[in-house]
Amino acid sequence: MSVLIFIDQSEGHIKKASYEALSYGAKIAEMSGTAAEAVILGNSDSDLAALGQYGVSKIHQVRNDHLNHFDAQVYIQALEQVVSRTGADIIIFSNNVDGKAIAPGLSAQLKAGLVTGAVDLPDTSNGFVVKKTVFSGKAFAHVRINSAIKIITLNPNAYPVLEKEGRAEVVTEDIQLLPGKVTVKSVNKVKGEVPLTEADIVVSGGRGLKGPENWGIVEDLAKALGAATACSRPVADADWRPHHEHVGQTGIAIAPNLYIAIGISGAIQHLAGVNRSKVIVVINKDPEAPFFKAADYGIVGDAFEVVPKITEAVKKLKG
Amino acid sequence: MKILVCVSKTPDTTAKIAFTDNNTKFDTNGIQWIINPYDEWYALVKAIELKEADPSVVIHLVTVGTADADPVIRKALALGGDEAIRINADSQDSFYVASQIASVAKGGGYDLVFTGKETIDYNGASIGGMLSELLGFPYISMATKFEWTANKATITREIEGGEEVCEIESPFVISCQKGMAEQRIPNMRGIMAARTKPLKVVEPVALEPLTQIVGFELPPAKAGVKLIPADQPEELVRLLREEAKAF
Ligand SMILES: Cc1cc2nc3c(=O)[nH]c(=O)nc-3n(C[C@H](O)[C@H](O)[C@H](O)COP(=O)(O)OP(=O)(O)OC[C@H]3O[C@@H](n4cnc5c(N)ncnc54)[C@H](O)[C@@H]3O)c2cc1C
Ligand SMILES: Nc1ncnc2c1ncn2[C@@H]1O[C@H](COP(=O)(O)O)[C@@H](O)[C@H]1O
Repeated sequence: MSVLIFIDQSEGHIKKASYEALSYGAKIAEMSGTAAEAVILGNSDSDLAALGQYGVSKIHQVRNDHLNHFDAQVYIQALEQVVSRTGADIIIFSNNVDGKAIAPGLSAQLKAGLVTGAVDLPDTSNGFVVKKTVFSGKAFAHVRINSAIKIITLNPNAYPVLEKEGRAEVVTEDIQLLPGKVTVKSVNKVKGEVPLTEADIVVSGGRGLKGPENWGIVEDLAKALGAATACSRPVADADWRPHHEHVGQTGIAIAPNLYIAIGISGAIQHLAGVNRSKVIVVINKDPEAPFFKAADYGIVGDAFEVVPKITEAVKKLKG
Repeated sequence: MKILVCVSKTPDTTAKIAFTDNNTKFDTNGIQWIINPYDEWYALVKAIELKEADPSVVIHLVTVGTADADPVIRKALALGGDEAIRINADSQDSFYVASQIASVAKGGGYDLVFTGKETIDYNGASIGGMLSELLGFPYISMATKFEWTANKATITREIEGGEEVCEIESPFVISCQKGMAEQRIPNMRGIMAARTKPLKVVEPVALEPLTQIVGFELPPAKAGVKLIPADQPEELVRLLREEAKAF
């Protein structure tokens, strides 16, 4: 019995979501009186032993040339073997692109019950019950996992990163893998921007901004706050902004600490993707805009006048 | 080439979410059912585009659901596709649904299996990945572009903080999202044709689900908005820092 946490890395860089997953997995191990171990696939430049500070005692690193490019089938092969070597019965992933690509397949292989998008620690008072978001953030479900092996993918920004003292033992796992069938031709990372799903603060613009040429005020505020930028669906549909910025029921679902909506009416499909944000600020010239009902703070006013002033005030406060 | 498109029904995106039976069941009273948007707009329409480019392509739709899924499946057929298979069961959990689809897909000789990125009700994002392992096919998740030439697909998929272009030969499973295709509305001819297209009902294989929903919960209501006058943006910033501790 042990908890195994999947450490997600892209090109050697470990993501914030993984620190959350490690902290979450370590807590579950502590609750059930077992060890928390982690697995990382492929080479990494990071100081892996230092990840012990998130509560894991051992890190299994699998090195194999077939892991250099992402291929869900190959990753699953590797993970299956690590699971069987460690005897892990609770496996934790981040509910991000890689987690969603791997966890379901591993679950089918191991006949392990899967809950994706967990937002809290499991409740073990009556079985093993995990709370997850459903209806695109409009509700939560409590899901009992009945199988011996259990897999959870943890939503970003749902569990805090907890640090303590300690270093982990790093062991290299020698694993044979069959090559995958996917040939990766090119990888194109958006440089310099904060990825939307990992951002603590998101500044978002809607059709109220009138056109792409007016996005300067959104970007300036985002820059002052160290925030990522997002947009409503019609804005992405009109190609004012790139599609990967589209948040909502049919776009990306996010849960930052702070979400600032500028010139967005607050349609139910938009709210579905952002209503788990801890603090919501709405700036809209129409006092009747539905978004105000879902907001914590609001300014009724013209975005073109208000937003630059907010940016100035933020800069002043941050020095 | 034979394509299997997985479609599910979901409540309309404006549906009011409520629960009954002591918060253990979704309240379906007054709910309008639609085809899950990712399945309709992206997976199905992409498959239809492939058939338009090559009329020898055969498209089968599959859904796991009881008879009340029939109107939604007919609507999907009105957009396109040659026939539909309904596996006559409640979708108990992701593993159950994926296993049912896999049992139908196994003998079917499908070259491509399309799913949506996720259902907008359960938000599992799981069926595609599970299907791929159950069928032993590779899995490409969250695809945004798809080109098909001579048995090989060139696919753009979302990765963490960017995108990746990859190549793969059939068979494989692919989950689809925005960018794959343009949303369409069924025309009169499609609707008429859908009435006579075969909708085969098959019984599920016996299987225990691995998980079970034991209850639902609505998020706590917001306390109400605090409005700040438009000429005092510094006050908003102060509140965000000192009261909300938001940055
Ligand atoms: C099936 C389905 C799925 C959908 N999925 C999504 C989704 O995932 N995400 C999404 O966002 N939408 C989605 N939509 C669309 C959604 O219903 C709304 O149409 C959309 O969110 C509206 O975008 P908007 O608020 O930017 O534009 P509008 O509704 O046009 O609102 C613009 C707002 O800007 C305000 N405004 C105008 N000028 C100013 C100014 N100078 N200063 C300040 N405020 C100003 C106006 O008062 C208004 O409230 C979906 C719709 C459907 C049917
Ligand atoms: N009951 C079902 N019947 C057929 N296909 C389904 C069903 N549920 C989900 N799917 C497919 O699997 C995808 C992902 O669903 P999910 O894993 O439930 O979020 C959907 O977009 C559909 O393509």
